[in-house]
Amino acid sequence: MEDLLTLGGQSIKSRLLIGTGKFSGYSLMKKALEAAQADIVTVALRRVDVGSKAENILEYIPKTCILMANTSGARNADEAVRIARLAKASGAGHWIKVEVVQDNKYLLPDNLETLKAVEILVREGFVVLPYMSPDLSMAKRMADAGAAAVMPLGAPIGSNRGIKTRELVEILVQEIKVPVIVDAGLGSPSDACECMEMGCAAVLVNTAIAIARDPVAMAQAFREAVSAGRTAYLAGLASPGSVASASSPLTGFLRDETR
Amino acid sequence: MILTLNGKQESIDRPVTLEALVLAKGLCPDKLVVEHNFSIISKEDWPKITVKDQDMIEIISFVGGG
Repeated sequence: MEDLLTLGGQSIKSRLLIGTGKFSGYSLMKKALEAAQADIVTVALRRVDVGSKAENILEYIPKTCILMANTSGARNADEAVRIARLAKASGAGHWIKVEVVQDNKYLLPDNLETLKAVEILVREGFVVLPYMSPDLSMAKRMADAGAAAVMPLGAPIGSNRGIKTRELVEILVQEIKVPVIVDAGLGSPSDACECMEMGCAAVLVNTAIAIARDPVAMAQAFREAVSAGRTAYLAGLASPGSVASASSPLTGFLRDETR
Repeated sequence: MILTLNGKQESIDRPVTLEALVLAKGLCPDKLVVEHNFSIISKEDWPKITVKDQDMIEIISFVGGG
């Protein structure tokens, strides 16, 4: 049976979600999305730069992808809700990544304002994925409020530091009923693989792919790592021990056992 | 007549509809969203709304983001 991720009432094949920021060009981004075989792609909303002839990013995102607008730039729940409504009105569909940040140094999320936005947006029929700090109580509240998944950070956005929040994220994986998707901070395919081995449902990667020397090859590397990590999780990882456990037979060979 | 367009004050000489404003700015209406005094205005309604002095207009589109 195919191993699919159920999210927002849909069956999703790819467990690698891709963010579209920081690519040096939209054509390159498109190739990276194809190499990642991404099914869910995030975008942001911004004021149009009046007078400039910017290209439409949506033309470079495969039509088969689910578009998930984020609410980046929101400093509180009301702003996040406003951005989500704008995203829906502009034809991006009804999937929304709620991101509420007041701290410009670390870009760490405000879990309380995020929860308030989740409550409102779920009532309005959005498929809501909150970006959050990995706090068990808040994650439970997000799930109870109807979040389709929770998206704890691995490390600060764009920091490429890996899954620094591992122990807290593991608790979410054990305790939270909705999918846990690690978002932010993953720097290498091995970081993504580690998240998947832990039992995370998916990962969201942007910077590590977008600013790689070869983003297309890096997208492929992340896809393979996510796939390997998922397969390992399903296979059941052997537990670590503190002493050796021989993997070859040690007895009855080249030695006189009677001495 | 003074408008606030995408957070900047702008002076225009005569009343215009939202549709005319978007086109006058050289913007392609596809995949744009327009907010007029904090209300989202659907594209069909752009020709029906004429902007007034002190109105706030946001014209928004998608960009890359994670």
